[in-house]
Amino acid sequence: MSRWTWLLVFVLASIPLWVTSLYFLHILITTTIFIIAAMSLNLLLGFTGQLSLGHAAFFGIGAYASALSSLGFEIHLTDDLAIGIGPKPVWLAMLIGLIAAGLCGFAVGKIAFRVRGAYFVIVSISFAEVVRLVAVNWVELTQGPMALNNIPPLTLGVSGVFELSFARKPAYFHLVLAAAAVCYIVIRRLVNSQAGRAMIALRENEPLAASVGIDVTRYLVLASVISAAMAGLAGALYAHYVRIVDPDIFLFIYTVTMVIMVITGGKGTLAGPVVGGVVFGMLPEFLRAFAIAPELQWVLLGALMIVVVFLVPQGIVPAASSWWAHRGRPPAHPEPPVEALP
Amino acid sequence: MAHDLSVADHGPRTLNEFLQHCINALMLGATYALLGIGLTLIFGIMRVVNFTHGELYAYGAYMMYALVMKLAVNFFVALVLATGLGAILGGAVELVLLRKLRSADIDVTMLVMIGAWIMLQNMEQLAWTGVAHAIANPFPADPIVIGPLSVSWNRIFVFAIAILLIAVTYVLVNGTKLGMAMRATFQDRETAALMGVPIQRIHTATFALGSGLAAAAGALLGPIFLVTPTMGDPAAAKAFAIVILGGMGNLLGATLGGFILAFAEEIGVGYISSGYRDAIGFLLIILILLFRPTGLFAQKERIS
Repeated sequence: MSRWTWLLVFVLASIPLWVTSLYFLHILITTTIFIIAAMSLNLLLGFTGQLSLGHAAFFGIGAYASALSSLGFEIHLTDDLAIGIGPKPVWLAMLIGLIAAGLCGFAVGKIAFRVRGAYFVIVSISFAEVVRLVAVNWVELTQGPMALNNIPPLTLGVSGVFELSFARKPAYFHLVLAAAAVCYIVIRRLVNSQAGRAMIALRENEPLAASVGIDVTRYLVLASVISAAMAGLAGALYAHYVRIVDPDIFLFIYTVTMVIMVITGGKGTLAGPVVGGVVFGMLPEFLRAFAIAPELQWVLLGALMIVVVFLVPQGIVPAASSWWAHRGRPPAHPEPPVEALP
Repeated sequence: MAHDLSVADHGPRTLNEFLQHCINALMLGATYALLGIGLTLIFGIMRVVNFTHGELYAYGAYMMYALVMKLAVNFFVALVLATGLGAILGGAVELVLLRKLRSADIDVTMLVMIGAWIMLQNMEQLAWTGVAHAIANPFPADPIVIGPLSVSWNRIFVFAIAILLIAVTYVLVNGTKLGMAMRATFQDRETAALMGVPIQRIHTATFALGSGLAAAAGALLGPIFLVTPTMGDPAAAKAFAIVILGGMGNLLGATLGGFILAFAEEIGVGYISSGYRDAIGFLLIILILLFRPTGLFAQKERIS
């Protein structure tokens, strides 16, 4: 790691020391959780080129699976027969959340990647909506709109001997920061590996990639599993932080938030979702400072999304890095326009 | 509908209940079909994944509310005006946003339409608050009762107007010069332009037509259900389900798809659980796309 990376890690880790406002720390924690979700979406959207609009489903499945495992649950199959599990330690519950989301990612990947383009988008939205309606209606398991309450916070260590509690905000900020760093490193290693090059190849030209022997479905499913598991981890981190989970976690608007973060920051770049996540995690707070109604905030966010797509279609990070590379130099002579072929 | 069936009269009541579900499905299906043919013009023929379709539906309902309840305009005049305003809003969306994106990637267009959808929905919420509004209608409150079955006058009116609009659209697309220009434009833009078709205006006109149909569906259903800012979301999802069910750009398929979806929903609500009404459309989308991606009534040339 370079000197600058160490400095960045040091500055970020020291935030709870000099940010004393618990409210601002709360914003930082939720923003970081959403950055993890946006990074996971970027793996699919940016690196394999599949616009998945059902990503909130994996986030929500991670949250519900983790919350339910930590609380314990029982399902009555018939009047006499019931299955269930007792409450599990929170770290194990979070792992269960991650695995459950990953398994769903596998199933969805296997099924949904049989179609492409607009159809894939619609299948992914449909999947998330079906999951949301199950969460609303399967009251015995999920409590439906009454929500799962009193989700325990994370503690590590042996009870009575040595305990590390993540119930307080500064400690939780370090936890989500570490999780985000791990996810960032996993994605960076993945996209620089042979599998990552295969994913980028099939984003650029799927028939060509297939013709040189890249197993398209295999790599798409791989990306889907990793992406879903990471979103599930973000969901689990969210559930044990806010300690209440209701079916609204599956709303399409959360997927849209993740998509806006990825697109604005720059899809297919490692730093893009982080930059986009910081901008869109902080922006609502900034707008709230001007006493702007939430509906108007959403109107402005929608407008901003359109403006970004029109003006900086590749995103902030690629635009900024190309500006940095050309700084101080006169603008390059534009290529003479190529005559259109008849 | 109550499910307190006693054992003694189980037989005939179950049959009557089934017939009542069929009638409800028929009435609902006509408006679903109207939503579906509007979207099949835009999504199926123009190939724009139109996330604003549900908002145009909600817009139609809100215009109906504003005209009838606030400005005391005649119910039937308001219906025509709401439809026209919907077509104008749709045309404006096309002119302002989509005209610049003619040759853009499908993902880019989708993102812009998602942005437009978020803007429209929240503007509705800002203008009319989140409170649900009711629209008065001039029809007698007592339903028509035929034996054990009953249908309200309002629903019969909605059914008739929806069928009329579907027929008009069908003739417009298949029997007029404008319709021919539409079909030509979306089959081969360059050739159509060479033949003298004003393709930019055709794009706008098609989008306005589809949007007007969505607004008409909203204006018709608004007086039956309540008007809320999020009413467009399930409507858009159903419209997509219907288009995929009927096959892209297939008007007849979309019409039948609307009735099939309504029937599946009614049966699902009546015999499984009312909580899953909106899930049925999504499940149909997933199943159709995976097992019969060209829709139920595929035309050969639409297979891509």
